[in-house]
Amino acid sequence: MGGTVDPTVLNIVVFVLAVFVGYHVIWNVTPALHTPLMSVTNAISSVIIVGAILAAAPMETDFGTVLGLVAVGLAAVNVAGGFMVTQRMLDMFRKKQK
Amino acid sequence: MSANQLTLWYLAASVLFILALKGLSSPTTARRGNLFGMIGMGIAVLVTLAVVARGNVAGILLAMVIGGAVGAFVARRVEMTQMPELVAAMHSLVGMAAVLIAVAAVNNPGAFGVADPLPMGNKLELFIGTFVGAITFSGSVIAFGKLAGLGKTFRLFSSAPIVFPGQHWVNLAIGLVMIGFGVAFFLSPDENWTAFIMMTGLAFMLGVLIIIPIGGADMPVVISMLNSYSGWAAAGIGFSLNNSMLIVAGSLVGSSGAILSYIMCRAMNRSFISVILGGFGAAEGSAAGAAGEKTVKSGSAEDASFLMQNAESVVIVPGYGLAVARAQHAVKEMAQMLREKGINVRFAIHPVAGRMPGHMNVLLAEAEVPYEQVFEMEDINGEMGTTDVVLVLGANDVVNPLAYEKGSPIYGMPIIDVHKARTILVNKRSMAAGYAGLDNPLFYMDRTMMVFGDAKKVVEDIVKSLH
Repeated sequence: MGGTVDPTVLNIVVFVLAVFVGYHVIWNVTPALHTPLMSVTNAISSVIIVGAILAAAPMETDFGTVLGLVAVGLAAVNVAGGFMVTQRMLDMFRKKQK
Repeated sequence: MSANQLTLWYLAASVLFILALKGLSSPTTARRGNLFGMIGMGIAVLVTLAVVARGNVAGILLAMVIGGAVGAFVARRVEMTQMPELVAAMHSLVGMAAVLIAVAAVNNPGAFGVADPLPMGNKLELFIGTFVGAITFSGSVIAFGKLAGLGKTFRLFSSAPIVFPGQHWVNLAIGLVMIGFGVAFFLSPDENWTAFIMMTGLAFMLGVLIIIPIGGADMPVVISMLNSYSGWAAAGIGFSLNNSMLIVAGSLVGSSGAILSYIMCRAMNRSFISVILGGFGAAEGSAAGAAGEKTVKSGSAEDASFLMQNAESVVIVPGYGLAVARAQHAVKEMAQMLREKGINVRFAIHPVAGRMPGHMNVLLAEAEVPYEQVFEMEDINGEMGTTDVVLVLGANDVVNPLAYEKGSPIYGMPIIDVHKARTILVNKRSMAAGYAGLDNPLFYMDRTMMVFGDAKKVVEDIVKSLH
């Protein structure tokens, strides 16, 4: 045993722990909020926008950067749309003071 | 910014995403949770922009502004009844973005700080991210079409299952060939574009083929499953870019969708496999055909209103028919008027009512029904026996007592026990069988009165006669 840990192994560590966290957190979500859960998870998975940004970044425009820009646009639709529609729904669930 | 700093910022964003989901455990903390999610996303985007500060930031910002404006516009305009379509459309965007990023990564791994040519491990992960993304995209497009009712314009969008002989074998064959190309891509020493393109194309095709046999009422499972896939696609991309935040976010979403699929399947007492293989409800009419001789009692909205006014407790069971008729506001008005007369009005929601998890809850919340009056199936079933009047609005299979009869196709499915109530009012458009293609003995009970018509029209008529 020795040497450095391969990044893929570290990725697997992160992955497995995150699945565990996800499992426990999601079971606690109240069924009434399952629709907002779907829209917010949509927004969260759109964090792949960071990958799109990296793809779009190089100054010399080529096939890859164009795809990257398109991906940035698509993910941005979801980021903005996902969080905003979630907010809209959650505002409806606010307790009515009457 | 050093790679270490960047990773720590990404860690902060990951924690905020977890808090966003944690907030959804109660309506009171959910809005704060959503704010955490937005902050997390803001951090993720800003630090990434800082990393590429010397690149084409102007172009990226422009793309973000355009995309963001479209998203904001849709989020403001969309009607709550259209939420399932919106969610399906958003899944497809995540899937497509994942595919585009993967193609860009094969094209120029250097941009991502990944070695060029791509190491084998990264290729494997890219392969997984790409095909899951591609299936998510095309599958979600089909799901969107089915949910938006575009079946008339394009047959693949038909909400009835599309089945053909040997379907599963065809899918299996395509899946295997796709994996074969993936392996070829993975084993090639350089960028094997042919294999990559073939694999991606087949994955797009497979996405279409696995969703078309699944019928309308199984959509809650499909949409949850695609939700899960979109997460795994993001996690796959995270693996290939060695980005722990993407892996965390993707895994959270992936497990969320998987758990929702499980909850939906359990609520229908069907295995995930049986839903995915599809074809359910395709054999329509076989069971419903025998209904001929039995008689139903039917009444008017005024009769229904009379019965409810003289009750002490009323339970309303909404279903997909309520969403189709957009009757949620009328229902709220009715419930409020009954409450003003001192009647205990509550709502009972079956987990698969509607076309996506939690669909009915959102519609009722939109109509400003306080969530304290809205109950989940298992919380209210025990009180059904002492309920005076139950009003079923556009639901069928989820209140079908055949679920208690051994040998029936829905045997064992948890239902809302409306048949135990003293009087049952059922609103439906016609006597047509529900999604399961089954007749519903509830309709022929002595204590049941059918009120035919569009849910919104009927409820509005009830409201009129309550005045």
